Amino acid sequence: MDAHLNPGPHLLANAERHYRGGPTVEARFEIPRPGFSVTVLFGPSGSGKTTALRLLAGLERADRGSIRFGGTTWSDAAGDLHCPPQARDLGFLPQAYALFPHLTVAANLGYGLSALGARERRARVDELLALLDLRGLEGRHPGELSGGQQQRVALGRALARKPALLLLDEPLSALDRPSQVRLRKELRDLLRTLDIPTVLVTHDRAEALQLGDRLVVMDQGRVCQSGDIREVFDRPTDPAVARILGVETVVRGKIESIVGGMATLSVGSARLFAADPGGLGWEVFICIRGEDVAVERGSAPSSGTTARNRLPARITALNPEGSLVRISLDCGFPLESLVTRQACGELDLAEGDAVFATLKAAAVHLIPHD
Amino acid sequence: MDWQAIRLSLGLAALTTAALLVIGLPLAYWLAFSRRRWKFLVEAVVAMPLVLPPTVLGFYLLMAMGPRSPLGRAWEGLFGSTLPFSFEGLLIASVLYSLPFMIQPLAAAFASVDRGLIEASWCLGESRFRTFLRVIAPLSWAGILTGVVLSFAHTLGEFGVVLMVGGNLPGRTRTVSIAIYDQVQAMDYAPAARTAALLLGVSFLVLTVTYALRRHQRKPWTLI
Repeated sequence: MDAHLNPGPHLLANAERHYRGGPTVEARFEIPRPGFSVTVLFGPSGSGKTTALRLLAGLERADRGSIRFGGTTWSDAAGDLHCPPQARDLGFLPQAYALFPHLTVAANLGYGLSALGARERRARVDELLALLDLRGLEGRHPGELSGGQQQRVALGRALARKPALLLLDEPLSALDRPSQVRLRKELRDLLRTLDIPTVLVTHDRAEALQLGDRLVVMDQGRVCQSGDIREVFDRPTDPAVARILGVETVVRGKIESIVGGMATLSVGSARLFAADPGGLGWEVFICIRGEDVAVERGSAPSSGTTARNRLPARITALNPEGSLVRISLDCGFPLESLVTRQACGELDLAEGDAVFATLKAAAVHLIPHD
Repeated sequence: MDWQAIRLSLGLAALTTAALLVIGLPLAYWLAFSRRRWKFLVEAVVAMPLVLPPTVLGFYLLMAMGPRSPLGRAWEGLFGSTLPFSFEGLLIASVLYSLPFMIQPLAAAFASVDRGLIEASWCLGESRFRTFLRVIAPLSWAGILTGVVLSFAHTLGEFGVVLMVGGNLPGRTRTVSIAIYDQVQAMDYAPAARTAALLLGVSFLVLTVTYALRRHQRKPWTLI
């Protein structure tokens, strides 16, 4: 709104909640600008993501620090200020949806619209029914809906009052796997259309990568790292973050072609083959687990087959990790390999060596991100 | 049959239940959702009439209402009449005596409403009071019905407290149970049997209707 008068970030959360005899959970991150962007709170279960979201919603009271949004102060522990959820102009989608079981779909969607007249309320509910593809279901009760339909009703209810900030707690996790994958793209497209800043909690890496613009990595109540999602995946600041992210290599690439279920990608200066999971745009995140990358000597510059990538590479670092050795490779893009100490010894590898990295096309995991 | 006593008992039970709803809804809400550390004290006080002999409760009430107590004097100053052995005194005693029968089902019903629904309502801009009207109360209708029925039935059948506080004044404080006791004392078994049968029938009917209604929990009431 008056963002140009307010040079700070759109959302600035720097708040903590202490639990007696338990952990401290912090919400410490920012959303730089108003308008569409998805900030993902990511971490293992029990890492405090949901509590951080509840601090933003005003459902938990911070006992240190402050939260400011769009030029207003929502909470300031030092000034004993705590705006209740009713006064925060936000849409909240709780994890289990929390649809009102005694109200119809239409009444659930219109629940927050008491301030409108009956006619305006009906018009807004019709709009939401159309937007979320729920027409024909307005007279049903939540118990009579499928999981996907419930999810859409809950999202519609959160959007009904045109909130200035949308909070989604694991919006897809109650759905079966195929629906999750299908709905990720739909959800991101919808949020982009609505142009609302969104904070989303998930423990699913693929969901984070596909939906997020910014990533906040949480562990044991603390924010370990936050920033642009590519930055965080490319350069985790510490091993804990890398462990939480859970994949050795995450890089961005472009699809060059898709033929017969096999995608050809350009990544940095290299070319990679991968199985096509379907539904890809041009831009993807490429995830490769270290165990799936083998290192071999050899001179023949064979480029491998479409089923098996073989990339010329240079070893940039060798780090022992228990019974394994982590080999950092440069093959036109940074690639991490995990091999046994024995294999490493047999190949007599050293930093700076020219080698080949091999990995099956099926081990290259693609996540669309447009 | 002593129709006068029956009418008086029904009137007393209805007024007591109405007063208990007015007191009980906010008090049960507080008991269900407050996080005060001394909440257990209030819970204990509310539950007292369950374990206290009615004559003990009646005795203390009689003392509290008497002309030598501050409450008794204040009442007399305001209304020019004394509380003991009056219908008003009986009503106050009945409300206290039936308090747990209203509060406990209400508080249990409110507390069992999914916290997530309440928070969802807050996040949709609805105040705590409107959230109570639109979410908590409709989802607690079975508990509210139970509280109303139990309070009504319990007041209808009270004896010890009435005897202590109300005495036995026809048309003012003579309730059904006192009438039955009186008739039995006078070896007048036939009217006692008829009145007792009527009370048995009414109690059975009310409870049957309540449990039958509770089977259809799927369709809660909507207040607003």
